[in-house]
Amino acid sequence: MSADRPRDVARGDAVHPGNPVIVDRYTVPARMNHWLTAICLVLLALSGLALFHPSLFFLTGLFGGGQMTRFLHPWIGVVMFVSFAGLFLRFWRLNFFDRGDSAWLGKPGEVLAGKEEKLPEVGKYNAGQKLYFWLMSITILVLFLSGIVTWQQYFGDRFTVDQKRAAVLVHALAAIVAICLWIVHVYAAIWVRGTINAMTRGKVTGGWAWRHHRRWLREVVTGKTLPPTTAPEK
Amino acid sequence: MFPPIPNPSTEPVAPTFGEADLWRRSASTIERPAERQTEVAKLIDVSKCIGCKACQAACLEWNELTEEIGSNVGVMTNPPDLTENSYTLMRFTEWENPESGNLEWLIRKDGCMHCEDPGCLKACPAPGAIVQYSNGIVDFVHENCIGCGYCVKGCPFNIPRLSNVRDRKAYKCTLCVDRVAVGQGPACAKACPTQAIVFGTKDEMKEWAAGRIEDLKARGFANAGLYDPPGVGGTHVMYVLQHADRPELYAGLPRDPRISPVVEAWKGVTKYAGLTAIGAFAAIGFLHHLVTGANRVSEHDEEAARRLTERGEK
Ligand code: HEM
Ligand code: SF4
Repeated sequence: MSADRPRDVARGDAVHPGNPVIVDRYTVPARMNHWLTAICLVLLALSGLALFHPSLFFLTGLFGGGQMTRFLHPWIGVVMFVSFAGLFLRFWRLNFFDRGDSAWLGKPGEVLAGKEEKLPEVGKYNAGQKLYFWLMSITILVLFLSGIVTWQQYFGDRFTVDQKRAAVLVHALAAIVAICLWIVHVYAAIWVRGTINAMTRGKVTGGWAWRHHRRWLREVVTGKTLPPTTAPEK
Repeated sequence: MFPPIPNPSTEPVAPTFGEADLWRRSASTIERPAERQTEVAKLIDVSKCIGCKACQAACLEWNELTEEIGSNVGVMTNPPDLTENSYTLMRFTEWENPESGNLEWLIRKDGCMHCEDPGCLKACPAPGAIVQYSNGIVDFVHENCIGCGYCVKGCPFNIPRLSNVRDRKAYKCTLCVDRVAVGQGPACAKACPTQAIVFGTKDEMKEWAAGRIEDLKARGFANAGLYDPPGVGGTHVMYVLQHADRPELYAGLPRDPRISPVVEAWKGVTKYAGLTAIGAFAAIGFLHHLVTGANRVSEHDEEAARRLTERGEK
């Protein structure tokens, strides 16, 4: 970790005074990395679901037919896995849980109602985002490993039939988990207005940062690491 | 001798079954025909097999396939496993019978069993890539096959093989569906010089097997019996075994084959639970937005951020 940056501040995070205040949240490489992962994940979900249930088989049409879908899916998976590994390396340090996170998670009612004034101040990521980060990391690792065992074309001779049966069941279950997590992730980004800007332009307004990630904003502005708090500031 | 099927005439014959006789179709719901055709079966009498591999050759020939030239690994089983070309394979086992002290050469013709409840078809995700005709024949329809290998995972007998040189689709014994449809028997049965392979209706085959088993018992094979495993609803390829109490002796023929519970869970509860969970998450998101509305930044928040930045800048 770079010594001259506060704990919850990533490389490139900066504040620009003005009206409104603008805060840089994601660098161009970070955004490209995120978009590549996101596109791959959507394509994987669509191509996977096409084989998951007969009622969704028509989705193979998006990929050039059944055989192409079967061929492309695992390769997109490999790209996504590498791309996600990039995101993981970028973000893992910012996703450690602290005392403030347990306090935040202890008030699900306020979280769901969007009453952030009643919650402890949040750093770069809130506890929900951190949970998503770790759960998605595990799920994607499981999807990758089970996907390899399921991949008949290249690994059909490497594993026993029993291993392949277990792998395809695990893969299907992990895919459901990944898709449900992803729905929560995308919904949260839509619900919390102003968030999509972080993904498209890498910037958010100062008000957004003040409302949702106040401790992060304070750290960016002051350049000092602040201790996590367990109760809202007065 | 079981009466052999006479040679065909040179006149073209209309097929006796087809699309209208589908009993099961992978990844599809179908309306079954009102009447089921008489079930057919192939009976393989292991006690009569002399291991000549005429059936293996006939199978390649009828299906216009050639097997790669392999290498001799010191056993008669050749090629060493089923392949995309070899839909059938004579598996040779040398077994010393502890009771009689005899060395027994157990030769089992391996290949698709044409299960009444086929695991391959259950696992298949591609509509119509695997079908079962009402006479019991399970066939792979290659126009619809996508080559995913799910049938490999579904089959309790480890039969289907993915083609690596042809088209990356799955292959297995068809029970010579194209011959049977015009009143002929499978090519292997036609080629067998000892009538170790016979073909007819399932009832005829059971009856014929009963006579063979009686004969074997009279010759000292007290445990001779028919292999028609109930775990998969019975099969349309059956074996007469000298030691029906120990099917594993025959190159690992499963004792009680059935569709793996893992496959049943994958193709059963997982599908419903999975789609329900995805739907529920989407619905909850929608409802949450209806109830709470958007979480918006207020002018008050922007103002606070301005004050904070100005203080921090100084
Ligand atoms: C990370 C690398 C991944 C690899 C190597 C991989 C590989 C595979 C393979 C080999 C199959 C069998 C079909 C085929 O051969 O195309 C499959 C099926 C599937 N995959 Fe993936 N996959 C990966 C990631 C994902 C992800 C991220 C999702 C969902 C978000 C997903 C969802 C599915 C689904 C739903 C199926 C169908 C399962 C079923 O039929 O029940 N996969 N995958
Ligand atoms: S033996 Fe295997 S391939 Fe043949 S019908 Fe049964 S499940 Fe399908």
